[in-house]
Amino acid sequence: MSTITPTPARRRRRRPLVGGQLPPSPAATVVKAIVFSVACALVVLPFVGILSTSMAPPEQVSRAGGLVLFPESLDFSAYQAILSGGIVTRALGISVIVTVCGTLLSLTVSSLLAYTLTRPALPFRRGLTMLVVISLFFSPGLLPTYLAVQSYGLLNSLASLIVPTALSAFNVIVLRAFFGSLPSDILDAAEIDGASEIRILTSIVVPLSKAALAVIGLFYAVGYWNAFFSALLYLNDSTMWPLQLVLRTYVVDDNAITGYDLAAEAIPAQPSLQMAILVVSVVPILLVYPWLQKHFAKGALTGAIKG
Amino acid sequence: MALPGLVLLLAFQYVPLAGNVIAFKDYLPFIGIAESDWVGLENFEIITGGDPRFVNALGNTLIITLVQVVLVFPIPICLALAMNSLVSERIKRLVQSVLYLPHFLSWVIVVAVFQQFLGGAGMINNFLRSQGWDTFSIIGDPDAFIPLITAQVVWKDSGWATILFLAVLSQVSTELYEAASVDGAGRWRQMWHVTLPALRPIVVLLLILKLGDALSVGFEQIILQQQAVGLQASEVLDTYVYNNGIVDQNWSEAAAVGLVKGVVGVVLVWGANKVAHIFGEDGLYRT
Repeated sequence: MSTITPTPARRRRRRPLVGGQLPPSPAATVVKAIVFSVACALVVLPFVGILSTSMAPPEQVSRAGGLVLFPESLDFSAYQAILSGGIVTRALGISVIVTVCGTLLSLTVSSLLAYTLTRPALPFRRGLTMLVVISLFFSPGLLPTYLAVQSYGLLNSLASLIVPTALSAFNVIVLRAFFGSLPSDILDAAEIDGASEIRILTSIVVPLSKAALAVIGLFYAVGYWNAFFSALLYLNDSTMWPLQLVLRTYVVDDNAITGYDLAAEAIPAQPSLQMAILVVSVVPILLVYPWLQKHFAKGALTGAIKG
Repeated sequence: MALPGLVLLLAFQYVPLAGNVIAFKDYLPFIGIAESDWVGLENFEIITGGDPRFVNALGNTLIITLVQVVLVFPIPICLALAMNSLVSERIKRLVQSVLYLPHFLSWVIVVAVFQQFLGGAGMINNFLRSQGWDTFSIIGDPDAFIPLITAQVVWKDSGWATILFLAVLSQVSTELYEAASVDGAGRWRQMWHVTLPALRPIVVLLLILKLGDALSVGFEQIILQQQAVGLQASEVLDTYVYNNGIVDQNWSEAAAVGLVKGVVGVVLVWGANKVAHIFGEDGLYRT
């Protein structure tokens, strides 16, 4: 027998496999490295510019005529100016209140509804579940929603930023799927021991679902924090504006921030002020982001598969 | 216990859904929905009669949807394919962390960031000016509006959109790749015969959902930037309903447009799902 010379296909077969896939060629690796570096830079650089400008000394900002990438020294006067009272401080307070109250309300109402829908004892369980599911497919539309909010007397109140969006049918369905997957033996045992439904929910279901509730809560919180249009639609009174609307007025629409709007005596350069407002509105998201990121893959998947 | 949730659901989903009757009435705010006169289909003449403002909004909406399906939709798929074959887990996780972030920022922030960088007095133009070079104007130019909002959508959401594709790719059995490789398949053939077929169901699903949203494009994003470029370039159906209904107080006309938009969306999802079934895909749901 003559020796078998390996064909190119055979040689390729012998290379180490990564998860069954062939490792990328050097050229592909270089291309990917470039693509990902550029993509990440496009996300990170704007924030560096914004953060730097908000902390750069006024002379440097006015010399640059706008954003600077490297502050020559650190100057926090812009933050002092916006956080020492006045419209930005108030808006920040309102956004915090709306986000905290809204998230608590949303979580409570959603888990109560989701839990009840998993209980076999609930009358019309199927019908009620369909009611939740169907609402996912039909959005009632902007004008009828506005008229409904108006007829409930919610216009021009902080409640209008919370109540109309307090219940997300999608989150209810995700939670229901999660609660439904808990081992029913434990719940049955508690029931036999005479625990009320509320007791079962608070002492068993909630502690077992901490991670899921945290993810859903964070999604609600991000939604409340970022909401801008409901404030534009429902509020006439600018003293109730949340941070996003202030951001729109002074940064997107570029209206000048005057001493009238702030409590500070000295008004720093406009770009610094604008960027400081931007930073203040981004920071809470950045703070919860690592946590959010750890869990959302799971959350998004549950929704995608079971929703 | 379910009561608070059901009340909210009824009050803010089903009551407004019924409130769509104003599309068939001549709604006058001071006499209320119940007392306003029925006018049949008169309000829908704005659609059937081809009102120029409506036609403009519809045209812009369809163009933007088309651009987003053709140009924006494939980007996360490509990103996911590239990420999936990254060898180092740590680099993969770092890239994901950075690229997912913009999804969690509000549109106000995204628009502000774009202005600060690309605007007439933005960072890049300031740099060009300081070097004595020509500046460009993207923000506020009606002709550049669609490319601008497309770039914003890509920046905000294409990283996040990879999450579903990556989840599906991680489920692909390694045996399939090994078998393909034993059969002599190279990288591209592995991708063509193993990876892409694995992605097909999720792509079909997302396209169906996208089709249902075909008539609603970036409402918050566009309303924030409308002043700068004018209605001709930037009016889409959602902003038309807002501008015509709430700003100009033509309640019933705007509600008629909103209602047709909603119904068409549901019909499109239903139809696309049927088509997907004909081609042997699972689609969104099976009945």
